[in-house]
Amino acid sequence: MHIIVCIKQVPNTTDVRIDPVTNTLIREGVESVINPFDAYAIEEAVRLRERCGGRVTVLTMGPPQAENALREAIGLGCDEAVLVSDRKFAGSDTWATSYTLASAIKKIGDFDVILCGKQASDGDTAQVGPGISTHLDIPQVTYVKKIEEISAEKAKVERMTEEGYDVVETPLPCLFTVVKELNTPRMPSLKGMLRAKSAKPLKWTAEDIEADPAALGLDGSPTRVIKIFTPEPRKGGEMLKGDTADVAAELAELLKDIAL
Amino acid sequence: MDYLLTEQQVMIRDLARKIAEEKIRPVAAHYDETEEFAWPIMKVLADSDLFGVYLPEQYGGLGGGILDMCLVTEELSKACGGIALGYAGTGLGALPILLHGSEEQKKKYLPDIAAGKKLAAFCITEAEAGSDAGSIKTTARKEGGKYILNGTKQWITNAGEAEIYTVIASTDKSKGVRGASAFVVEKGTKGMEFGKKEKKLGIRASATREVIFTDCEIPAANLISREGMGFVIALKTFDCSRPGVAAQAVGIAQGALDHALDYSRTRVQFDQPISAFQAVQHMLADMGTQVEAARALVYATARMVDSGAKSVAKESAMAKLFASEVAMKVATDAVQIFGGYGYMRDYPVEKYMRDAKITQIYEGTSQIQRNVIAASMIKEAIKK
Repeated sequence: MHIIVCIKQVPNTTDVRIDPVTNTLIREGVESVINPFDAYAIEEAVRLRERCGGRVTVLTMGPPQAENALREAIGLGCDEAVLVSDRKFAGSDTWATSYTLASAIKKIGDFDVILCGKQASDGDTAQVGPGISTHLDIPQVTYVKKIEEISAEKAKVERMTEEGYDVVETPLPCLFTVVKELNTPRMPSLKGMLRAKSAKPLKWTAEDIEADPAALGLDGSPTRVIKIFTPEPRKGGEMLKGDTADVAAELAELLKDIAL
Repeated sequence: MDYLLTEQQVMIRDLARKIAEEKIRPVAAHYDETEEFAWPIMKVLADSDLFGVYLPEQYGGLGGGILDMCLVTEELSKACGGIALGYAGTGLGALPILLHGSEEQKKKYLPDIAAGKKLAAFCITEAEAGSDAGSIKTTARKEGGKYILNGTKQWITNAGEAEIYTVIASTDKSKGVRGASAFVVEKGTKGMEFGKKEKKLGIRASATREVIFTDCEIPAANLISREGMGFVIALKTFDCSRPGVAAQAVGIAQGALDHALDYSRTRVQFDQPISAFQAVQHMLADMGTQVEAARALVYATARMVDSGAKSVAKESAMAKLFASEVAMKVATDAVQIFGGYGYMRDYPVEKYMRDAKITQIYEGTSQIQRNVIAASMIKEAIKK
């Protein structure tokens, strides 16, 4: 079984600052870590390999220093790593990013499962995973909390919902985005870390992945960030006091007034 | 202080620290309270390859030495000296095989130890053979291709949990200490049983039990080195393992000091944090200096062991003596800085004080260490 894990390097969430002029994240001088949700995807990929055999390829799009995240992933048990990095990718929104990653996956070739964290802790969009599956025209299951059964042809997974979970059966290849309920990521191993130190991730440019230049970076991104702002904090609610029957009547009137 | 560790040693230390912080610290009080053996933590240590740091690469290890083992033991002990002992006690059980075992024995036992699949234990102490280890009564009688063991080992760390036991037993009583021999006994061997689990003052997450041999038959191939070498093997083992106990002591001391320093900065009395008082500052300064001095001595000793130095008995004894005395002093002072809170079991420092005490006792009491040190000094003086 060939499992591909897509990861993202994000600023450590304890240290997020926004540039007030450009409304984008300040990345300089901020420690970068693997997106916490992607850690569950990496762990599950390694577990799938332990369960079914095969290999795990970890993939990321990002600046050259994203190689550190790939090395960390190798330390956690991934076999091979691919970095797609090119100035042409600058300014990519989730659509262009997922197109770029899908193009890289096409170049990687055969795969059975793609795993992504449900969302990144910096952008919080949860769109890249589903975007990749759309570009590749394969099924997707989001918010996976358990991979119950898996064979060469199909998988049965539990998908988290607000009230409980759905059980979904899907043919493979398929893309899963995963939630933290899926597993507890293991600690890195020394042998993995030593292997990571000498590992050489593949580095691909826009040309290498044969992507349509018009679909990349800012040009390929329909999203425009107009403004990022902190919403006004909600004002505290009004507390009604008194006899229960009176309070209930008063509440009913108030609700009527705001036409609920 | 910068100890000029190698890149790999820094990696080992940082990983052990991460595991101690994220996995051990949150459960230390639980295991102290329940006295359960922390198997889930052993699994984490195994999966992270930490059990193999001091074992040669051809047996699945990472090719490091005693310093590497000390770094791991110290980091784990900062969070829990008892859980750390599951790790360090395995090192103690593995050392006789590593130092004196045959190629076959090393191939058979060390890879599983390096992978953390099996824990190890070392069995020398008996009810009437503590500091006087030469007076062991456990016997190993040779019969054909077998040895038959009889006797009871006491206070064996990892007993019941470990799979591989190195056992010192007498093959010739008439020769006294020269009649002792070392054997490997695997858990599950018929005639090998475990006594009740001891209730201890500290290191309560560590399993301490009797190991009882009743006509326990083992293959003659399980003899380490040759007959009569048991005591030599034990002493050489202690020379290499005492820096490990010393590292455990340094970890316990540092863990207690870290708590005391944090607490002193937040505890307000007389309208200021108690860290503003010179009385507390001087205690912290002494604690910090003692811990650093102990660490420096332990690392220097471990490096000497790893260099292949012929005799390290004196230095190992010094490291163990000094670090364990520091651990007891620093942990006691940490409780003092916490005041009444320090005496309460809801706060973490009293455990460090309980855990520290054992480091002055096992693998040779502080008094025995002084005997070793003085004997070496006098011997060196005579040679001059």
